[in-house]
Amino acid sequence: MMRIAVLALQGAFAEHRKMLCNLGIDSFEIRQRSDWDEHKDGLIIPGGESTTQLKLLKDLELLKPIQEDIRKGLPVFGTCAGLILLAKDVEGEDFERISTMDIHVKRNAYGRQMGSFYTEDNFQEIGKVPMTFIRAPYIMRGEPHVDILAETGGHIVAAQQGNQLVTSFHPELNDDPRIHQYFINMITKQ
Amino acid sequence: MSENRQTLNRNLAQMLKGGVIMDVTTPEQARIAEESGACAVMALERIPADIRAAGGVSRMSDPKIIKGIQEAVSIPVMAKCRIGHFAEAQILQAIEIDYIDESEVLSPADDVYHIDKTKFEVPFVCGAKNLSEALRRIAEGATMIRTKGEPGTGDVVQAVKHMRMMQSQIRDIVSKSEDELYEAAKQLQAPYDLVKYVHDHGKLPVVNFAAGGVATPADAALMMQLGAEGVFVGSGIFKSGNPRKRATAIVQAVTNYNDPKILAEISEDLGEAMVGINEQEIKLLMAERGK
Repeated sequence: MMRIAVLALQGAFAEHRKMLCNLGIDSFEIRQRSDWDEHKDGLIIPGGESTTQLKLLKDLELLKPIQEDIRKGLPVFGTCAGLILLAKDVEGEDFERISTMDIHVKRNAYGRQMGSFYTEDNFQEIGKVPMTFIRAPYIMRGEPHVDILAETGGHIVAAQQGNQLVTSFHPELNDDPRIHQYFINMITKQ
Repeated sequence: MSENRQTLNRNLAQMLKGGVIMDVTTPEQARIAEESGACAVMALERIPADIRAAGGVSRMSDPKIIKGIQEAVSIPVMAKCRIGHFAEAQILQAIEIDYIDESEVLSPADDVYHIDKTKFEVPFVCGAKNLSEALRRIAEGATMIRTKGEPGTGDVVQAVKHMRMMQSQIRDIVSKSEDELYEAAKQLQAPYDLVKYVHDHGKLPVVNFAAGGVATPADAALMMQLGAEGVFVGSGIFKSGNPRKRATAIVQAVTNYNDPKILAEISEDLGEAMVGINEQEIKLLMAERGK
């Protein structure tokens, strides 16, 4: 039976677990190093503050093991802060994150909370999906082997590179489970 | 405020969950807070303990100070306005603050009315010491709630009392039959639809943090175990001996609030905690402001 780890250091991890639960998928929380040793078929890195999550990943000695397992092929899905943590390059920042995905990202790309917005736009293979952007980043560019899955307003907001899926919006905040289902399908195909 | 905006503002609070929001008075303190893992900062001219010590009328901070802090960090920046002072709130909205705290820590500007927060695009967090106050603030447009506690004391007793009260009242509403909810709304002096929401979901319709008196990692863990979804730490960090270390420890305590072994490790050697004032020793009960 499939089991998904949800990084639960800070942010909207409960919403992801609820979404998985609605899809009939078992999940558990990663709060400390020993949790990581449990069996898992995939990892979700939720929205929240990327600086907070990164600090805790380092303090709790989770950064390296997560990095290694993603490099070995563990399927991972990052939303908003999760996307930032997975990106190799972030505009104006030169420190290591999980940094396994070959994308260049702009943080707080739409400005402060007043710039947060909701829209609906096309997602590859799925069609129109709800997109909630909260102080969101977007992807400025990706290496050629990164697949662009969604764009809105002229910016890349979802992408995939092999076992890694990212969205700069929050599919966990709306009732539409199709992007989570897309991630589950990625795992099954693997 | 459109329904869409209200949802987006509630959503931002969801992103802060499991995090620590720290009071800061300078860009330097804001950077320390961010580097220690704060999920947001509250920009202030004076922290609550100093407001308490100084006495007199306490107002919204100088926008220049707030802007300096906004430039220093990448995490959300919040700021306080006085209860009922919608002009201060308009000013904070004009400088694109991420969250306004309509706060009892400042001197109230209106002893009857709170701000009609539905008129604003920017989100508001408000203090509450029970379910009645929380639901009234939500009806006025607040998209996040925190316990009032007793700010600037380093004494967690009031935050505990308010959180326990809120959780117990929520359980009480959940246990009622549907036809009893009209009377419950009357008793709570809160709108029926919000009471119905609490009955159906077993929680507030917005995120609920703890605030007012949290000074140690153990305090933070206590509040989380009592049902808080995150904590505000006001005077507790920059009034302590080693702010960076204490801030880091409190951030970790909020993540691993259920693991006493980790709590024991991070509670070691934090230096001096802020000097606490007992509830009986204070003249001014800020929690009694704005009901």
